[in-house]
Amino acid sequence: MARPENKLAFDDGWQYAPAPESTDHIRIDKKYGLFIGGDFVAPDKGKYFDTINPATEQHLSRIALASEGDVDKAVKAARKAYRAWSRLKPANRGKYIYRIARIIQERAREFAAIESLDGGKPIRESRDVDIPLSAAHFFYYAGWADKLEYAFPGRRAKSLGVAGQVIPWNFPLLMAAWKIAPALACGNTVVLKPAETTPLTALKLAEVIADAGLPPGVVNIVTGAGETGAAVVTHPGVDKVAFTGSTEIGRVIQKALAGTDKKYTLELGGKAANIIFADAAIDQAVEGIVNGIFFNQGHVCCAGSRLLVQESVAEEVVQKLRDRMETLIVGDPLDKNTDIGAINSAQQLEKIEAYLAIGQEEGARMHQSSCAVPDKGYWCRPTIFTDVSQSNRVVQEEIFGPVLAIQTFRTFSEAMTKANNTPYGLSGGVWTDKGAKIFKMTRGIRAGVIWANTFNKFDPTSPFGGYKESGMGREGGLHGLDAYLKLEA
Amino acid sequence: MSLAAVKNASRLPDLSRVARVDEVGVDERVARFQTRSIKKASKIEALKLILSMIDLTTLEGQDTPGKVRQLCQKAIHLHDEIPGLPHVAAVCVYPTMVGVAREALKGRDIRIASVATAFPSGMAPLSVKLEETRLAVSEGADEIDMVISRGAFLAGDYRKVFDEIGTIKQACGGVHLKVILETGELGTLDRVRRASVLAMHAGADFIKTSTGKIQPAATMQVTLVMLQAIRDYFYETGRMVGMKPAGGISNAKLAVHYLVMLRETLGSAWMTPEWFRFGASSLANDVLMQIRKQMTGIYQSADYFSMD
Amino acid sequence: MATPAARVPVAKTYKIYIDGKFPRSESGRYFPLADRKGMVIANICRGSRKDFRNSVVAARKAQPGWAGASAYLRGQILYRIAEMLEGRSEQFVAELTLQGVARRAAQKEVEQAIDRLIYYAGWADKYQQVFSSVNPVSSSHFNFSVLEPTGVVSILAPNDSGLIGLISNIAPTIVGGNTTVVLASEKLPLCAISFAEVLHASDVPAGVVNILTGYRDELTGQFASHMDVNAIVYCDGDKTVARAVQEAAAENIKRVINRAQFKWSEAAAQNPYLIHDVQEIKTTWHPIGT
Repeated sequence: MARPENKLAFDDGWQYAPAPESTDHIRIDKKYGLFIGGDFVAPDKGKYFDTINPATEQHLSRIALASEGDVDKAVKAARKAYRAWSRLKPANRGKYIYRIARIIQERAREFAAIESLDGGKPIRESRDVDIPLSAAHFFYYAGWADKLEYAFPGRRAKSLGVAGQVIPWNFPLLMAAWKIAPALACGNTVVLKPAETTPLTALKLAEVIADAGLPPGVVNIVTGAGETGAAVVTHPGVDKVAFTGSTEIGRVIQKALAGTDKKYTLELGGKAANIIFADAAIDQAVEGIVNGIFFNQGHVCCAGSRLLVQESVAEEVVQKLRDRMETLIVGDPLDKNTDIGAINSAQQLEKIEAYLAIGQEEGARMHQSSCAVPDKGYWCRPTIFTDVSQSNRVVQEEIFGPVLAIQTFRTFSEAMTKANNTPYGLSGGVWTDKGAKIFKMTRGIRAGVIWANTFNKFDPTSPFGGYKESGMGREGGLHGLDAYLKLEA
Repeated sequence: MSLAAVKNASRLPDLSRVARVDEVGVDERVARFQTRSIKKASKIEALKLILSMIDLTTLEGQDTPGKVRQLCQKAIHLHDEIPGLPHVAAVCVYPTMVGVAREALKGRDIRIASVATAFPSGMAPLSVKLEETRLAVSEGADEIDMVISRGAFLAGDYRKVFDEIGTIKQACGGVHLKVILETGELGTLDRVRRASVLAMHAGADFIKTSTGKIQPAATMQVTLVMLQAIRDYFYETGRMVGMKPAGGISNAKLAVHYLVMLRETLGSAWMTPEWFRFGASSLANDVLMQIRKQMTGIYQSADYFSMD
Repeated sequence: MATPAARVPVAKTYKIYIDGKFPRSESGRYFPLADRKGMVIANICRGSRKDFRNSVVAARKAQPGWAGASAYLRGQILYRIAEMLEGRSEQFVAELTLQGVARRAAQKEVEQAIDRLIYYAGWADKYQQVFSSVNPVSSSHFNFSVLEPTGVVSILAPNDSGLIGLISNIAPTIVGGNTTVVLASEKLPLCAISFAEVLHASDVPAGVVNILTGYRDELTGQFASHMDVNAIVYCDGDKTVARAVQEAAAENIKRVINRAQFKWSEAAAQNPYLIHDVQEIKTTWHPIGT
């Protein structure tokens, strides 16, 4: 195996010069109202909050804070629009949704820059992943609008009414697309609350929706924090609730909806096991680890945050991982070479740092990459914990940062047991060159999405969602229609 | 069995234990290298480094002493209008042209690489390959680019391929040996990895992707696999082996992607002409045009750069 | 009659569309198309069996690449065709009325054609989900069945339709990854060639759709008997012709699809089974075990 004195050097020699994405072509207004009934309107209590750039802590815009009264107005607007929207010829609903997709494609660069400014994710991710997938999601569901009769054999598909949707800050535009597109395609209207720290791309999406000529009130966007979200979810005029966020809040919402007739779907947290067998393609598996936990700063519900590596290759894998970590660039999200951007907020950084302390207190060995980080803003270097086991808190609890816990295993069934030994069940990864083992593993892992020899792959046609405390319901694909329909005999 | 083969016998690596390669994963990693944005000072630095890594090549049936002299002239005078340019690493010619190149490059710091071993097919008896190698060395070649016997490799006769490399290495004396795998004929990335490991254990100083005479020639995918094999060999043995992608790299943008890949896989120690070369002919002019564009801000025309 | 000051219009030459290019028929033959008053509107290429042969070569060459494109991309391209057609609606309405279709009917036909393209664009990344299956076999195997395009499909477009019949057959054929050679209506051929121009402007790769004009009785035999065509679609009701097609097709076990009963202007004339008609089903077994 590797001799310790044979080292590779990544920190000297030819470096990459800054390659900043230009922002002179984008438009962020100084102030945004609430998008209700087809217009931007002032919040009824006149309250606003700030959204900042987490990489520089600079102020970006003032955002309206929706009160209960504002939420009520939005739900009423959605209800009013629902009458006509649900009666439109389905092909025409589809055409409106296609327009949204096409306009996003036209404005893709602007959306990508704003996404990175507001949330901290690298421009390369916004540009190459978030924005294209968002447009693709609208494109996919637009096509279902007039085809629902083929999706559920023996059932007539009917819309539900008004959908109240609350989304998180880790993929702001993409989460908006995942929620709005299927809801509209199925004939529902929408009240959507973006996350408090990332409202901007949802508001730009509101502009797209207006430009696409959707009838007023079909989509309403109410910005705010936790209270606004609670108002949306519990409003009696909402027929269907969709939430993506932490398991903790998911629990609160499920309790709040008890006794009501509201349909709901929840997409919650995870602590996925990424399993590497000795017969895996090791170099590609290492890339899969990096993809699984370091990109998007680890702010991914389905992140591969637990590495389970077969003991006979553990040393090799960890060494290659450490080498690869050294080539990851942490920095300005707007630099095209940045691999890992800013942590989304001061609050989230605090949570992550608390776990780093916990891990060390628990006796785990911590290793971080040696890259420089800027002075201002919220940053966390890629981190791994070794010498941990199932009983460590850093192995059990969702950290939601670029922090990986590494354990070894010896046998197939041990890997399976460890993978399933968690209240979560969102995703999992398995790396092996042996096909039969892949199918056996995917049959046994209790999780909603399993990646074999890859990780963090998303597609509008591919259903996504969790088992157990990672939530219920699926988004994407034919199965993703189910959440937004009444199926009648 | 020759004496060399006996000596080598104990060192034939266990090729069944060579790392597996996942093609889709390799494609994704390559795609990521291609999204690196290399600008301003780092771009100029990269372009100059690329120039210094080029093996300016002519390997045509129609080569004549005149052609080779013109190539050497270009090697010495890439583009005199731009001061401070590095010179190319080497010129690469057939064994019968080594003497001409030697004369044309007398007193210059540019090395002479010669192909040998029945390039490009490798389909000749060992005795012929040895004679050709010795000829090239005696004519003054500084480097020998040999081809492996792909037929033997694909038939599973790894011993034969291994021994041949060892034997040619001996015939090189101290002259530096590059081993061409001809990745376009190997078919899968698994085989590329296996061939790389075999060649390095057999004594290669450099492993090289292609002869440039068939499609596909060098690709970022096979190059990445070879770089990873070099890395693992270095970890295991402490010995550095160089790498040369050849054929198909005709523009500067692509060459910069290769540099990014090199840097992020092997680190700074390999980022010199001593350990990395580009086998190319038209690449040099595109790099020169890009350097000029970086200096002036104006897009260039091929009319202003000599084509020898 | 042109007055001295009036502008003299430029008449359009209607060629055929093969491998992304617009050649004339290699035979050099033509037939005149007249309007109701007997005025010659255009000289239509009288396609030959060599034109058909060249088209099949082009379609075969283009098929693997087209089938290998992602479903999303195929859907986007079909949507783009609709965008292009929408932009050129007036031209198509004019060509239909020139050929004797009433103006209102022509407008409706063009709108329906555009909407039908969008309909099928939306199926590109969904028909697989509706028609595929994972099969619960008794042994320890993962067993799944997927649809795959049959390959090169020859289409005898409905003779009585200038546009909607043509599009109603091309769209479901190509959205599923097949490539095609189409014989336009003999009676109403103009829109077929203009549609080729729309395809050409829509990122449709060369060879995916090839469109010929010509005499039906000369070319039907070719469309039905070519050994490198995987399926044939015919839309006209003549039973003698149908039988001849079926017999000729049997030589290489061509899939024969009879769409004579379709009324193309009806809503029922668009559905995913028209995609399914030109798909094969592939089943794979893989063990489950360590």
